[in-house]
Amino acid sequence: MDTFLTYTSSLCLFFGAFLCLSGGIGILRFPDFYTRMHAVGVTDTLATAMILIGLMLQNPETLVIIKLIFILLMTLFISPAASHALAQAAVRNNLTPLLNLGKSAIETNIPGGDKSSKS
Amino acid sequence: MLAGIYGLVSASFFVVMDAVDVAFTEASVGAGISTLLMLTTVAMTERTEREARHKPLLAFIVVFITGIFLLYGTFDMPYFGSVDAPSHNHVGPRYTLDSMNEIGIPNMVTSVLASYRGFDTFGEVTVIFTAGIGVLALLGVVRRPEDNSVIEAVNDSMHEQHLILRIIIKILIPFILLYAFYVQFHGDFGPGGGFQAGVIFAAGIILYSMLFGLNIALRVIKQPVVQLLSAIGVLMYGSVGVVSILNGGSFLEYAVLSDDPISGQHLGILLIELGVGLTVASVMIIIYFSFSGRSEYRQSKEGTSL
Amino acid sequence: MIIAATLAILVVMVLAIIRGVVGPSLYDRILAVNMFGTKTVLLISLLGFVMGRPEFLDIAMLYALINFISVIGVLRLSDAFDLEHNGQAVEPIKRDL
Repeated sequence: MDTFLTYTSSLCLFFGAFLCLSGGIGILRFPDFYTRMHAVGVTDTLATAMILIGLMLQNPETLVIIKLIFILLMTLFISPAASHALAQAAVRNNLTPLLNLGKSAIETNIPGGDKSSKS
Repeated sequence: MLAGIYGLVSASFFVVMDAVDVAFTEASVGAGISTLLMLTTVAMTERTEREARHKPLLAFIVVFITGIFLLYGTFDMPYFGSVDAPSHNHVGPRYTLDSMNEIGIPNMVTSVLASYRGFDTFGEVTVIFTAGIGVLALLGVVRRPEDNSVIEAVNDSMHEQHLILRIIIKILIPFILLYAFYVQFHGDFGPGGGFQAGVIFAAGIILYSMLFGLNIALRVIKQPVVQLLSAIGVLMYGSVGVVSILNGGSFLEYAVLSDDPISGQHLGILLIELGVGLTVASVMIIIYFSFSGRSEYRQSKEGTSL
Repeated sequence: MIIAATLAILVVMVLAIIRGVVGPSLYDRILAVNMFGTKTVLLISLLGFVMGRPEFLDIAMLYALINFISVIGVLRLSDAFDLEHNGQAVEPIKRDL
């Protein structure tokens, strides 16, 4: 039982660290703000969940597990809300996303309006 | 925002050095409230400075002389970190060795802060209260009724833009306030105490006020009540000291507060931490409401929306 | 294993700071600071386990809340005020209610 718990927690920690690293590389290499935000938002939440679950499996003390569950629940609430707020603010302030449609590279993107293409 | 990163790095640094209470305070104050208040201040300032209406020469002279005296006072202090400094030889070992016997709470930082150095903490609380009074004296803005309707119309139109955030923080805010109470009363056993709890409570209220608009927040947390609470916090602290005198000890000597010295210490620490938490939370809320009310007033005169 | 995860998170924090310094727009920087904050939460939890003191979890929880509040604060203020100092007025997009 102990070795099973240790292996599972090591696996969760490894997976979480890998997701963190991929999110970190994503924030540097992706071409546009919205793609970077997608990378960060997705990998942040899942990596936090994995690492916290890995830590939970390592330490069987009740109070520590309850605190870790609270941090996990809070992160699950907070991280998507922050990503949503960030994306909404960027759209509201006319930060144009990078759209690659054929010959023209950048188009203005008015939410809810018609897309005009330049040829 | 990058200054917020600095606060975070300091907090991690303190964590590595095993100073948990300091890390707690640094994270909550340095990275949280400071960022918010600094942003509100930056948003309030304009491009050019307005003409000063008076020449502050007298104030400059007073500040200069005080600074000279302070610098003169530092000549007597021992070198930073020297081995034979009095705080390392006389008081340090006494606090660390005797704290468990005399006061009996596991967190030594709280015992030093609240009991051994209770008078210093009283000074700190008074300084925070004075800061609140200063902000109120400089920035207290009387809101006229016709400004309110403009601001309320803007707030109503913002409802759909911020719908998701409003729902999520309605779920989160009770948790934040509950966490503030946990930190307040758990300060004896783990990291925490009055200052951190007050800051967390204020941060929860500031979050609510940012997303729902200042008017609705003022209806929930009435400003006269908050001002009264800040004064009650300092009063509670001073009263504990006065009650100790009335019971036969010296000012802020908790051991005479009940029959058993150790439980007297516990009672004293509990009450003064409560006073500290009340004052800190109220003053932070007052400062934020004053800044935010000022910037809304300025904006309603210019005609833009917040 | 915990130490390896801690080192990985430290590397990611450095990457986030690089984006925070370089990032061409304001929102890139806000994103980088937000990511730095969530990684700090993980770092403090892991350090607590490495050093054997579970009290650090309180700080981690506090830090998650403070990070969220700071990001929401910056976003709300950047809506209404011109934090980029580009000289252009910020107008919210009108929607049909």
